[in-house]
Amino acid sequence: MADGSIGLWTVPLAVLGGAIRVSTPFLFVSLGECITERSGRINLGLEGTLVMGAMSAYGISYLSGSPWLGVLAAGITGALLGALHAGICSLPRVNDVAVGIALMLFGTGLAFYLGKPLIEPTAPRLPAIDFGWWSDIPQVRAALRVNVLFLIGVALAPILYWAFRTTRWGILIRTAGESSDAARAMGHSVLLIRLRATMVGGFLAGIGGSFLSLFYPGSWNEGLSSGQGITAVALVIFARWDPLLCLWASLAFGGAAALGPALQSVGVTSGYHLFNAAPYILTLAIMIITCSPKRTLTGAPAELSITR
Amino acid sequence: MTTEAVDSTEAVGTVAPAADAGFLQRHGGTIEYVLIPGAALAGALVVFGIFVAMFGKNPLDLYFYMYYGAFGTWFSWQNTLTRAAPLILTALCTALPAQLGMVIIGGEGALLIGALSATSAALALQGLPPLIVQIAMVVAGVIGGGLWVMLSGALRQYRGVNETISSLLLVYIALAVLNHLVEGAMRDPASLNKPSTREIGAANMIGTIPGTDVHWGLVFGLIAAIAAYILIYHTVFGFAARVAGGNIRAAKIVGLGVSKLILTICFLAGGAAGLAGMVEVAAVQGRTNANLAAGYGFTGILVAFLARHNPLAIIPVAILLGGISASGGLLQRRLGLPDASVLVLQGIIFVFVLASDALYGRIGFLKGKS
Repeated sequence: MADGSIGLWTVPLAVLGGAIRVSTPFLFVSLGECITERSGRINLGLEGTLVMGAMSAYGISYLSGSPWLGVLAAGITGALLGALHAGICSLPRVNDVAVGIALMLFGTGLAFYLGKPLIEPTAPRLPAIDFGWWSDIPQVRAALRVNVLFLIGVALAPILYWAFRTTRWGILIRTAGESSDAARAMGHSVLLIRLRATMVGGFLAGIGGSFLSLFYPGSWNEGLSSGQGITAVALVIFARWDPLLCLWASLAFGGAAALGPALQSVGVTSGYHLFNAAPYILTLAIMIITCSPKRTLTGAPAELSITR
Repeated sequence: MTTEAVDSTEAVGTVAPAADAGFLQRHGGTIEYVLIPGAALAGALVVFGIFVAMFGKNPLDLYFYMYYGAFGTWFSWQNTLTRAAPLILTALCTALPAQLGMVIIGGEGALLIGALSATSAALALQGLPPLIVQIAMVVAGVIGGGLWVMLSGALRQYRGVNETISSLLLVYIALAVLNHLVEGAMRDPASLNKPSTREIGAANMIGTIPGTDVHWGLVFGLIAAIAAYILIYHTVFGFAARVAGGNIRAAKIVGLGVSKLILTICFLAGGAAGLAGMVEVAAVQGRTNANLAAGYGFTGILVAFLARHNPLAIIPVAILLGGISASGGLLQRRLGLPDASVLVLQGIIFVFVLASDALYGRIGFLKGKS
């Protein structure tokens, strides 16, 4: 509030900035989960993948001096965790929801273990593009400092939408998700399709994690992600497995998550923790409104265990 | 701990083939339930040993200190049992709904709400005889935690909201509610560095079992686990729950009240975790603060899966995992391992246990072929 003239406008501005800044991990995780779930499998372990991605990105960025190598490392870590999930799920009679819970705990624990020495040092962070150069108001400039990863994520959503509809791979993934028998009859291995879909999903979730440690909040500590991964998984459900809706939902979530800090910056401190829980409350509320016990959700892949 | 667990399963494994085929036919299933999780546990320990060896630590030292820190001395046994108490209760929070085919992973949230409710009850009833305060704390903890998880059950039944995701979201919401109250309305002004509620008072603490340093929470846990076992396997209600868990359509056709089953089971499940919160307040912390979010709820999920959701099997498994977490301090001091090493081991165990699900019914000599 260096510039007193904008007063309460700080809040909507911060929410806008938050929608851009905070939404990026939601966006990547939800797009990744969207691919995985479209193939007929749910990976609840993306919370662990997100934290592992954040840790490995920070570590590699610190060691190599290049934040982009860190982003790549986070993606690869995520893909490996995805491969682990898919590998275990391909065993007979193994429940994918339970494996996800296990990998959530495993990924978080492993990240805390390996990340212990990374809490102190400062790693090079990702650069931002300044879209607010035209404005003299610092809050506007802060809100419009946009990271390249956000732009990549925004571009990815329509690309995925298109890919699901028209490309060979998109159709194969959807076939595996709608009817594994049909995919098998076409001569494709459902397990292989799901392995790849889960690995790509993990790759994207890992990149989402790298954003957390390399841009915003931009450091590594054990409280870095508190449920963003699982919120993003829920987000896919009410985005109806549609990548474009994932984009809008992620933006809404980012805005909700920025509400707490924004209100605090104008002096509303009571209820700070409750406002911080806004994304979770919002998720729950939207799930309550959009779900129904009587019918399967429209757009739900038929093979998905969680909606059956 | 480690050697004991492995030895006992190996003993079963080597004795079994020598016995006659009739014995195997009758008990093959039971042996599988001990042998396969035991083998998964052993596999996880080997992988964790390799993992630790990559950081230049001697795995044999690791196993020794884990055993020593968990079960080596009377002191470590007491530490282990103290940690097992909340684990038994939070494991029930996952195991009971599992009878209905539901995957609830929100034990941590119910624990926090149970702790808050129990603390509120104790603070409201200051001055009354301790026994009355303690009973009120138990009731408040059970109701608080029970309603919290029942919300997930109700959302699943009436709105079709996935209970796994809703229960986990409710963990984060519970934590926010706790922080909000502890830093606001319920804050003890004297708690400067670590915002906390007022203390419930030394007289209202539930104390320790005579002759030990283990608090009465362990007994609460044992009673709850045995009661849950009787409820699930020896009552009509439990039978109905297992029918509904096996085939929900069949349950509806025979006229079972599925809604009532879901709500009751979820209430009891959350009540168990809420009781864990009450125990942590009334036996360990003496007040509510963020220390309560120590991860007992999440470890409880692992306990339930490792025990294959059998309430009686939860007791030894909770002691085993209580031992692993009790040995964490020793691993930190003697081997210089980070405190998260316990989390890594728990994660590896979880992965192995789930992967071992594929083995049931596939071990040749247990099929009882003669």
